[in-house]
Amino acid sequence: MTGDPGKMTCAEFQAQLPELVGSGEDAAAHPHLMDCDRCRALLADLETIAEAARQLFPSVEPPDEVWAHIESAIKREGK
Amino acid sequence: MVGNVAEAEDLTQEAFLQLHRKIATFRGDSAFSTWLHRLAINVVLMQLRKKGLSLISLDEAMEPAPEEGPSRSFGAPDLTLTGAIDRLALERAVADLPAGYRLIFILHDVEGFEHNEIASMLDCSIGNSKSQLHKARLKLRDALRAQKRPEERP
Repeated sequence: MTGDPGKMTCAEFQAQLPELVGSGEDAAAHPHLMDCDRCRALLADLETIAEAARQLFPSVEPPDEVWAHIESAIKREGK
Repeated sequence: MVGNVAEAEDLTQEAFLQLHRKIATFRGDSAFSTWLHRLAINVVLMQLRKKGLSLISLDEAMEPAPEEGPSRSFGAPDLTLTGAIDRLALERAVADLPAGYRLIFILHDVEGFEHNEIASMLDCSIGNSKSQLHKARLKLRDALRAQKRPEERP
């Protein structure tokens, strides 16, 4: 690991990325990205994926019959 | 998680039956919602294992396994995912993720849980949750770029 974040290798930067992104820091401001197109593109892609994920799988309320089945199954078990 | 409404309804029923059977074992060590979520997740994982669809178990997903993981981004220039991602393509890629990665991705990026909540639900460290989410996103990136590649090459 180098002392100067700007002199990091891609491998060193990418090893830190899960913590950097997961901690909510502004990863895009990291000095390594100032002159590394590849890691900048990687980070942009990961942010695009996380953004797109919010549109996925809208939550579905189970229909009434599911609750009716659960109720009768619990009653059966209680007997 | 299971990609099928009828199966999701069956698992909803199973989760509530498990809740009915196990409610007496809830000791209040964690929030009830966390405990219930964990119970529901276990029901889903048991189903995935029964179907043999879990290419990587939750336990395996919690362990570092670089050979199972996504590729890193070194080497020659390659494609990037510019602009918006096609929703269906992303849903397909998520469905193809190993179950452990899919679970963490859905909990965090789709459902909006925080890493500390996921760590409680899955009984793993916060660092592990961050690292597995990162690997899940990298695998999705690989999959989406692989889908894009044939169209972009003449």
